[in-house]
Amino acid sequence: MSELNQQTKATMDLKREAGGLHERWRLAKDATARYAVVIGGLGVIFAIALIFFYLLYVVFPLFLSASAEKIAQYDIPEAATGKTLLLGVEEQNEVGVRFTDLGQVVFFSVATGKTLLKETVHIPDGVRVSSFAQGSPNNEGAVIYGLSDGKAIIVKHQYKVTYANNERVITPSLSYPLGEAPLVVDDSGAPLEKCAVRIADGASTIVAKSANKIRLSHFEKQTSLFSDEATVTRNDTVLDYAASDVRDILIDKEDDNLYLLGETGRLGLINIKVKTAPKLVQEQNIALAGQKITSVAFLNGDLSLMVGDSTGLVSQWSKVRDASNHYAMQKIRVFKVSDKAVLNINPEQRRKGFLTLDADGTMGIYHSTSEREMIKEEMPNLHPVAAALSPRASAVLIQSDDGKIRSWQVDNEHPEVSLRSLWQEVWYESYPKPDYIWQSSSASSDFEPKYSLTPLVFGTLKAAFYAMLVAMPLALMGAIYTAYFMAPTMRQYVKPAIELMGALPTVILGFLAGLWLAPFIEEHLAGLFALLMLVPLGVMVFAYVWQYLPKAWSQKIPEGWEAAVLIPVILVTGWFALTVSVPLEELLFHGTLRDWFKSELGIGYDQRNALVVGIAMGFAVIPTIFSIAEDAIFSVPKHLTVGSLALGATPWQTMVKVVLLTASPGIFSAVMIGLGRAVGETMIVLMATGNTPVMDLSVFQGLRTLAANIAVEMPESEVDSTHYRVLFLAALVLFVFTFVFNTLAEIIRQRLREKYSSL
Amino acid sequence: MIKLWFKSGVPWIWLNAAAVTTSLIMVIGVLSLVAGRGVGHFWPAQITQFSYQEDGKPLRTIIGEKVETSVTPALMAKSTGFKMADDEEVLVQYLIKVGNRDVTGADFVWIQERNVKEQNDPDDLMVVERREWGNFYGQLVEVKENGKTLATGSEAWPVLQDKISAALVVFKEIAHLEKKDIGAINYGLERLRLKQRKLELENRLDEEAKQDLAAQKADYDVQYKELQSQLANLYQKVRSTSLVAKTDSGSTLQIPLSKVVRAVRPNTMSVFDKAIHYLVKVVEFLSEDPREANTEGGIFPAIFGTVMMVLMMSVIVTPFGVIAAVYLREYAKQGFITRLIRIAVNNLAGVPSVVYGVFGLGFFVYILGGNIDQLFFPESAPAPVFGTPGLLWASITLALLTLPVVIVSTEEGLARIPSAIREGSLALGATKLETLWLTVLPMASPAMMTGLILAVARAAGEVAPLMLVGVVKLAPTLPLDGNFPFLHLDRKFMHLGFHIYDVGFQSPNVEAARPLVYATALLLVLVIIGLNLAAIVIRNNLREKYRALEG
Repeated sequence: MSELNQQTKATMDLKREAGGLHERWRLAKDATARYAVVIGGLGVIFAIALIFFYLLYVVFPLFLSASAEKIAQYDIPEAATGKTLLLGVEEQNEVGVRFTDLGQVVFFSVATGKTLLKETVHIPDGVRVSSFAQGSPNNEGAVIYGLSDGKAIIVKHQYKVTYANNERVITPSLSYPLGEAPLVVDDSGAPLEKCAVRIADGASTIVAKSANKIRLSHFEKQTSLFSDEATVTRNDTVLDYAASDVRDILIDKEDDNLYLLGETGRLGLINIKVKTAPKLVQEQNIALAGQKITSVAFLNGDLSLMVGDSTGLVSQWSKVRDASNHYAMQKIRVFKVSDKAVLNINPEQRRKGFLTLDADGTMGIYHSTSEREMIKEEMPNLHPVAAALSPRASAVLIQSDDGKIRSWQVDNEHPEVSLRSLWQEVWYESYPKPDYIWQSSSASSDFEPKYSLTPLVFGTLKAAFYAMLVAMPLALMGAIYTAYFMAPTMRQYVKPAIELMGALPTVILGFLAGLWLAPFIEEHLAGLFALLMLVPLGVMVFAYVWQYLPKAWSQKIPEGWEAAVLIPVILVTGWFALTVSVPLEELLFHGTLRDWFKSELGIGYDQRNALVVGIAMGFAVIPTIFSIAEDAIFSVPKHLTVGSLALGATPWQTMVKVVLLTASPGIFSAVMIGLGRAVGETMIVLMATGNTPVMDLSVFQGLRTLAANIAVEMPESEVDSTHYRVLFLAALVLFVFTFVFNTLAEIIRQRLREKYSSL
Repeated sequence: MIKLWFKSGVPWIWLNAAAVTTSLIMVIGVLSLVAGRGVGHFWPAQITQFSYQEDGKPLRTIIGEKVETSVTPALMAKSTGFKMADDEEVLVQYLIKVGNRDVTGADFVWIQERNVKEQNDPDDLMVVERREWGNFYGQLVEVKENGKTLATGSEAWPVLQDKISAALVVFKEIAHLEKKDIGAINYGLERLRLKQRKLELENRLDEEAKQDLAAQKADYDVQYKELQSQLANLYQKVRSTSLVAKTDSGSTLQIPLSKVVRAVRPNTMSVFDKAIHYLVKVVEFLSEDPREANTEGGIFPAIFGTVMMVLMMSVIVTPFGVIAAVYLREYAKQGFITRLIRIAVNNLAGVPSVVYGVFGLGFFVYILGGNIDQLFFPESAPAPVFGTPGLLWASITLALLTLPVVIVSTEEGLARIPSAIREGSLALGATKLETLWLTVLPMASPAMMTGLILAVARAAGEVAPLMLVGVVKLAPTLPLDGNFPFLHLDRKFMHLGFHIYDVGFQSPNVEAARPLVYATALLLVLVIIGLNLAAIVIRNNLREKYRALEG
């Protein structure tokens, strides 16, 4: 017996052991699965959170401030070659250049100050450099030497980039676009006191001041067909302009306008489109009494002048068209740069930024559109002599009177954006007044990007507003009826049918709105308004008549089927409203309603307008609002309604005083979720509006929304550019907006559910 | 009386009922609009010949299909600049599709009814569907082969039909050669180039490798030459025949049969013929490539692209969605945090889809894709492989977009399962995993199914994010083909929804493309409604099932 027992026990042990192995395997699987699910689940939730943080991560650099870091300081290379007239840096920030008053050009390494190449511009014996200027356009790298014998030499510094052994080699060189021999500007041989040049392939213009006269010389270079020889012909004009106080001469890159700026602020704007007949357009004083002009430069694009004065102000003057269509210079903004005189203004070559240097040795980098001060660096006790900003605006060279050149590295990626430029009115170059404008890109690099989100947000809200105007009454009233009055059999079909409407791809709604509805509404505008009035009226009349119908008829339709009875009524009144549309317009407005709006009220009509968007997007939003509101009303506890009815209230009174009141938070959240959807909807607005970012409340005008704007511009924007980040900002705004609204709505709904369960 | 009636609230109830009715009418109206226009497109329309004379201009003939009629009252017509006689009350205009874009420059003309002197539908009018320049309308004069006339007059028609079907056979062969065989060679050559570049980058391009590559290249070249000569032959064959036709202005036009898809005389067709023609056109629409900047032909690549993308998306979204739901419902401790997460997940469904597109473009395409390119495909730089929008990124982006749908639906399913079932399973000694895997998940599978179907329906109709992460108006190759590795995740693809947007709004010839857009829209609507109905049916069945279980 005991033996047997022992044996059984042994087998059981054996079994348990085997079972234990299996058991452990099962437990291990269970534990692994647990970890896998937890990790997977958290991973998914993390991925969702990632969206928000990634958007934030891309947007963030927009609001970082710029920084400048001093990276080197060295003695002026080849100090013996004369005083510096101009400093320059090439595109890659590797090679710097120094032009001297003795006609020497020294190329040096930006990092170390070591001389790389020394060139000499041939200046005849006995002649000295009497004036010097940078040529226009300023990215061409041309300079002009005005000589004391009335002649001028134009020199270009250029850089060739080659790759040897996968390393970049930059070879600087000089060239003479109009020949090496000095060009005669003043035949009398008087020294050129001031000069300016605008060079182009075929023709170049030199404007110089000599012997108190302003001379304009136009050089045309003609290359003979048969030989390489080029002949340069010269055309001279002496301007009729009091020149004695002129301290700056500027020619714009289009070769159309000449600006002459006097010491005390007298600014002459001369049209030189016709080189032989320059025309004075405007002469005005741009400085206050006591102020002296100390520096001036074109902002990139040559549409505005940045004028620095002795009181430390830099003002932007731009050609603005006035009411009578005349161009005049107007001050569009002022920067307070310093308390001392502004000695030097250096524009960026690709953006609307500029560098300033004042008499105290303070360097500042500003951006004109966003009115931001990007960088301010003080160099106490140093008086700057010359400064250069590299073409990419990422390096600055400053020479000061202690005989040193300092080089700075500048990190200034997104100066165009400030809260002001995103949301407030900005006075853009050549615009008549400050305005909200979204215009993000253009083919030209001189273009001033206009990143005002205001018109887009306005468009978004406008579209959402009209959509809600259409959707809210239909969806909420529909929900009330479906949830409370409709017969259950009918409800069973109606609810899914309307919800199915929400599943319709918005691209189809947008397509119908743009290609079918928009032309239809254009034709039947009066009919649409007639529809709005006639349908409710028709329904009311029908309802009134209904109660007097013979009982035998009306009892055939059970209670709760009113909606089905109304189908023919609405169809007929709707059809009637639309057919009378055209005769009605003719009768009341003697033509089309559109024309009447235009001529009588001055309201323009776009075919794809907010009305079309409102209807199409309203259609898309109805199911969302309907479904949630219907749920909220339907789940109002029955004992409340029954109680109310038992106390003698009519069904409608019960509805308004009991059901709606109880369900109101749910209805509110339905509206919020619907609004969230309307705000973020992309395809409908993309297709049903003209996508013009205008700020116009009129229902007959187009609009552009944030979402449509993203869809249109995102694929073309350059990665990590300001435009790209601003579009991300738009996406972030949308994300946060809808997320906040939906969360609020969701919390309200959850509260409501708790309330219902406690009732 | 009326006051009392208003006080009773009855009118308001009626008004509310009217709101439901209006919504219903709108839904049904939209669906029937799409259906009506989409279905009608393929039915061959009568071709009418108009004798048309405008004031002070010579009489001319216009041949075409009547597309639209517009009636404008006299006053309005006057204000838009039409001259109206005093006794005329309305101005009736017809929009006629006259085709012959290569001859006249425009596909459509508006004509005024009052100027139509005579109109009839002669039997000999034909419409030729061409591969270029849109439809041709006119009369057949003769059929030519190598410059010699084969048949003229009434005999020409049957000859033409024979020749066209012969040409179509050749053309099919040409298409096969060009797309399949030459496509494969080009693909092979590109791979060779990349291989060479890769070896170069790794400094392993020695003589042996060079020879190897050169040999393979030579191989391809030989094949290519051979195919080229085959192609030339075929082209010769198909180009030799042409038809000569007379346009409405009386000029003749020679159309090589290589450019002809089909020629029909709708005025002579019986209803049965028309039905056959209709079916053929529908099949062509569903199975062929688009022609003429997407305004003609079929939409097969768009259907294929949509299906591929949706499949890939489902493969990604299902496991992750289910795992997240299982975590939230079965593993996570229920409390404030899970509630928060649930709200967040719920709300993600309400975040605008274009935001997902922005995220997909920035994060997946530029960051992930860019890094993948740097790590794995240095040889193809500077051309991006995964660093550009494509099928993979589109699928992942849409998976992220539809994740909330799957999570919410699965969670709902899990929540409906009575806890007694779980407890029972656990009490019998099953581990949590076994309980989940063997009882809970199978029971929740219809809910997952519903979620997945809803996700698919949403993904199939979504366009805005896809515009950023991988859809193009015309993809030269399908993302799935016979070239290794068969499934090309990096390729861009076409999509039904985007096709609608693109053809309807970006096409150079919107008027001509419109019927096709309606047909595409109808297809998309049918697919999506079908999917949604399926989801509803599954959901209802599910409810029934658990009702039984609870009872």
